[in-house]
Amino acid sequence: MNKTINQKAWYFVIPVFVLVAFNAAIPLMTVVNYSFQETFGNNVFAWEGTRWFKQILLSERFHAALGRQIAFTFIILLIQIPLGIAIALTMPKKGLGVPVCLILMSMPLLIPWNVVGAMWNIFALPDIGFLGHTLNSMGFDYNFTQQPGDAWFTTILMDVWHWTSLVVLLSYAGLNSIQPAYYQAAEIDGASRWATFRYIELPKMKKVLTLAILLRFMDSFMIYTEPFVLTGGGPGNTTAFLSIDLVKMALGQFDLGPAAAMSLIYFFIVLLVCWVFYNLMMKNEAKS
Amino acid sequence: MKKYKWLVPTLYIIFLMLPIYWLINMSFKTTTEIINTYSLWPQKFTTENYVKIFTDSTWYMGYVNSITYTVFNTIISVAAALPAAYAFSRYKFLGDKHLFFWLLTNRMAPPAVFALPFFQFYSSVNLFDTHIAVALSHCLFNIPLAVWILEGFMSAVPKELDETAYVDGYSFGRFFFKIFVPTIAAGIGITMFFCFMFSWVELLLAKTLTATAAKPIAATMTRTASTSGYELGLLAAAGTLTIIPGAIVIYFVKNYIAKGFAMGRV
Repeated sequence: MNKTINQKAWYFVIPVFVLVAFNAAIPLMTVVNYSFQETFGNNVFAWEGTRWFKQILLSERFHAALGRQIAFTFIILLIQIPLGIAIALTMPKKGLGVPVCLILMSMPLLIPWNVVGAMWNIFALPDIGFLGHTLNSMGFDYNFTQQPGDAWFTTILMDVWHWTSLVVLLSYAGLNSIQPAYYQAAEIDGASRWATFRYIELPKMKKVLTLAILLRFMDSFMIYTEPFVLTGGGPGNTTAFLSIDLVKMALGQFDLGPAAAMSLIYFFIVLLVCWVFYNLMMKNEAKS
Repeated sequence: MKKYKWLVPTLYIIFLMLPIYWLINMSFKTTTEIINTYSLWPQKFTTENYVKIFTDSTWYMGYVNSITYTVFNTIISVAAALPAAYAFSRYKFLGDKHLFFWLLTNRMAPPAVFALPFFQFYSSVNLFDTHIAVALSHCLFNIPLAVWILEGFMSAVPKELDETAYVDGYSFGRFFFKIFVPTIAAGIGITMFFCFMFSWVELLLAKTLTATAAKPIAATMTRTASTSGYELGLLAAAGTLTIIPGAIVIYFVKNYIAKGFAMGRV
């Protein structure tokens, strides 16, 4: 759409600008303040320069948490994106099946995150949970509160359960926007199922898939509540992702300086990746 | 192969429903039964967990609180986002692209980063433990989202609509509320759904900003679970009840939900 230049449009944006600035700028400045200072309580502060940043960037604890976070995000993207596409492709296109699928599949998205954690906790308990009981009676030695491997397996399975539907719904919306004529043309040309997918469906889904990857990256990188309720970051620190580690540092130990420095580094990483994706998305949009 | 296509979504739905079933199953058991026996359905069916929640005000007020701030937040977010989204979809102005990306960055900020400053900030303006504090703090991620979705829907409306209305002598205000808003009604509905959804499921900020008077149900659950030992039956019943509001809103937007998740950008 060709837009007209109109500086008065700023008046329309003011309420949003004020509300978000009120919520984002002030707290963010507080974090920036803390990150450069040492606090002794009672509002006494001393300038520390970049000490906390150096400390965090060099600390093994941060490296370990970041490593776990990247591994987690990478694994769930690797599972959820292909699985989501596969389910969207096999979903019914018309009839009663459509609303039934959509409603049931959206259910996990609307459950409060700590309830998701609590639900999976109950579901996976080795002695009285369905998952834990079933796995143990099949001969696996499964206990997600004791064994790191099982804790990871459960956390990933929980995230797949929670968020794959988002990818499904996005892909489904993308698929629905394809005109039937494309499929007819493919059929006349005798295109195989794979070719239809590769040259018609996948390009048409490119936009929504970029969005899906962006959203899933963002949200999985910030994940806090679900693993916190499920495993509490344990056993040990094996499932303490960045947010869990950060909250532990800020609210648990009250190490404000290092926690603030970590917040900023954390935010910066998310921002950088999202900026790349955002530009990719805008490029896609400009093309079409 | 085509014959077995239905198997994939069916198996997926079964996988989705299993943990939910398990939660509902537990909510109808007594805590003693949950801990001592493993059974696929309640042996001694009981509704006492639900009775407790609906008669104890510390429990049911949690629901009232959650719904209150969620509704506040939905109204504030959509009301503020409507004019802004219109500006982004129709006009070019100084710094528009930067402003749009800056808004989105707030959707990308990990709430954990903001938890502590929010606590201090809302305490210092005497809004701590109020519904409005939670509603305002959730604007951090809901306003950018609302602007983003609404902008998508508004951009799909041809500009000729605006121009024709002005030629017909409509003032901006009359055009906006009488013609434009009804045109994108579906988009507004979807935006409200998303604001409701993200405010409803968020807990970290809601928990940080409340103590007793505005405590969300989800936080009530964590507290009760830790102080009085694991009352699993009660926890399961409370959890089951948190699924219901979501299920109701999904039912209303079911025809738009797929498109809505694509943020109106398909």
